[in-house]
Amino acid sequence: MNTPKQIPDDNLVVIKGLKKWFPVQKDMLDQLIAGHTDYVRAVDGVTLDIHRGECFGLAGESGSGKSTIGRLVIGLETPTEGSINFDGIDFSKLKPEELRKLRRRMQVIFQDPMASLNPRLSLGDAVIEGLQIHYPEKKKEHRDMVLSIFEKVGLVPATYFFNKYPHQISGGQRQRVVIARALVTCPDLVLADEPIAMADVSVRALLLDLMVQLKKEFNLTYLFITHDLATAKYICDRIGVLYLGRMAEQGDLREVYTHPLHPYTHALLAAVPVPDPNLRRTETMPEGEIPNPINPPSGCRFHPRCPIVEAVCSKEEPELRELRPGHFAACHFAERYL
Amino acid sequence: MKKDDTLIKIRDLTVTYHTRQGLVSAVDHISFNVKRGEILGLVGESGCGKSTMGKALMRMIPPPATITAEEYLFDGMDVMSFNDDQLRDFRGRRISMIFQDPLTSLNPVQRVDEHIMEAIQVHEKKTTTSNALRRAKKLIGRLGIKEDRLASYPHQLSGGMRQRVMIGLGLVLNASLIVADEATTSLDVIVEAKLVDQLREIRDEFGVAILAISHNIALVAQLADRVAVMYAGHLVEMGQASEVFHDPLHPYTRGLMKSVPNIKVDELVELYKMGGEPPNLAHPPEGCRFHPRCPNAMPICGQIQPWITQKSSGHVVECWLYQDDLPKDGMQE
Repeated sequence: MNTPKQIPDDNLVVIKGLKKWFPVQKDMLDQLIAGHTDYVRAVDGVTLDIHRGECFGLAGESGSGKSTIGRLVIGLETPTEGSINFDGIDFSKLKPEELRKLRRRMQVIFQDPMASLNPRLSLGDAVIEGLQIHYPEKKKEHRDMVLSIFEKVGLVPATYFFNKYPHQISGGQRQRVVIARALVTCPDLVLADEPIAMADVSVRALLLDLMVQLKKEFNLTYLFITHDLATAKYICDRIGVLYLGRMAEQGDLREVYTHPLHPYTHALLAAVPVPDPNLRRTETMPEGEIPNPINPPSGCRFHPRCPIVEAVCSKEEPELRELRPGHFAACHFAERYL
Repeated sequence: MKKDDTLIKIRDLTVTYHTRQGLVSAVDHISFNVKRGEILGLVGESGCGKSTMGKALMRMIPPPATITAEEYLFDGMDVMSFNDDQLRDFRGRRISMIFQDPLTSLNPVQRVDEHIMEAIQVHEKKTTTSNALRRAKKLIGRLGIKEDRLASYPHQLSGGMRQRVMIGLGLVLNASLIVADEATTSLDVIVEAKLVDQLREIRDEFGVAILAISHNIALVAQLADRVAVMYAGHLVEMGQASEVFHDPLHPYTRGLMKSVPNIKVDELVELYKMGGEPPNLAHPPEGCRFHPRCPNAMPICGQIQPWITQKSSGHVVECWLYQDDLPKDGMQE
């Protein structure tokens, strides 16, 4: 079912200097009245690789740019600056028709399955749509392909679910349909943007487990976007921590969690509530909240909230440096945490 | 428990909604107490009735839904007998509620000081404006908000600050209980952690009891003194936080605790995967409502509903596994 892949190199996705600025004054008139254009710097210079077969987690608070990076990676947005390579193919050089063909290989799972599914399409029809677009030549096999993917995601009996509508099934089952729809075109990369944030605790564990299983079975690569660091731990191999459109820290998940090298990551990890009343947090939290991305702070963006801030931090923006093999941090004083 | 400790005493509280599928008891014969100045965490999955529970405490259940209780005493007063005027005074003055999204609870065209002064003057009509303003200033300082923020509108405040203003609206009249329904859910994790600290500080300083309703079990572990667990409209377990988390009794609580991701655990323990999904409350299962998903289900569980029993001091559970005093074999026939 899955096409065998040549392995030219380890990286499925290579992102270099990626920027996405959204204009605040959208139309000409607003720009004229304001006399200038402000930009929300949602993503402001991010470089990262996603290895084949791994689950790369992007974590950060709201407004950190994690979802925008996801949308850029699958070509839903065009970058303001920088490049994205998917399997050696540069997005910016593709004609729309070629990009559309490439889309078969990248699929997406969003947070809210009710919003992702058309309420007037039966579940079977919703999943068949992708096949009609990407595999029109296999028309006769479509139904069987959908039934088989339904079974793989645990929607059994598949023929029962095929004719149901989204409102007739539970939230957990709906997210399974969305997963089935993503996988039916045999993608290489799956963008999962907060895929389990809506689900209840007892359903979450099941969905996480399903995603791990399917990753193995279909040889998938995940870009897993989440604000929940505790959940990321159960699925991600590597993780990138974003702050205001910049990568603060990046590396092997276990390494980042046990030896964080950026003060922001320290704070973020300490803030995650632990389900144990005897292990209550004692660390104090940084002051304030995420600043406005239209006018990000000068120098290091975290400096107004940073517990180890020094004079240089407000002047020079720190580079993302490799401080241990494969473990990067963008902090002038990251060595202190080594 | 000494009588003085008890702020709320509830016996057999039931809330019934009328739906197209018939009558739904979102809260089904629940009995519990809230002590003065305690933080009680109420956890459960969506649809378990925890938010209805919070509203029922304020008697904010609009008809045709009905609320009944054998007994609902708030500070010794019989809340079920209140007329409309008494209810209005009760809400706001004695009990106040904060919701998930403060931006929808605050009036967008009213400044912070106007919000607080309005709350004072609605309930204490004789208070002069200058007096109310003085109280607003004092309160806002104690909540860690700078005084110049009084002139701000809600959209100019950060999410955490908005939520503190909401808490302030409850505290300004010295409410005895704040019902916080998913109050930290829309906040980012660092701000959420700070609000948890602040809620504990506010409790210590003002002596107010807090009912923290949340689906986030880890958060409740960080915040609450006691924890109540709801499932399908029933209170299935309640006890000291450390007891409920370290020695959960009900099979549902046990499963729930094992399915919460824990960032502190070093070796990767697999999350527990609970089978099935919560029942439709229009047609709840016979007997114990958890029995179709329960790994310890016995024949009796599908026949007769268990009732709440005390396992150890202050730790209660609603499950047949713990009702030793009953002749299990006899009841199976």
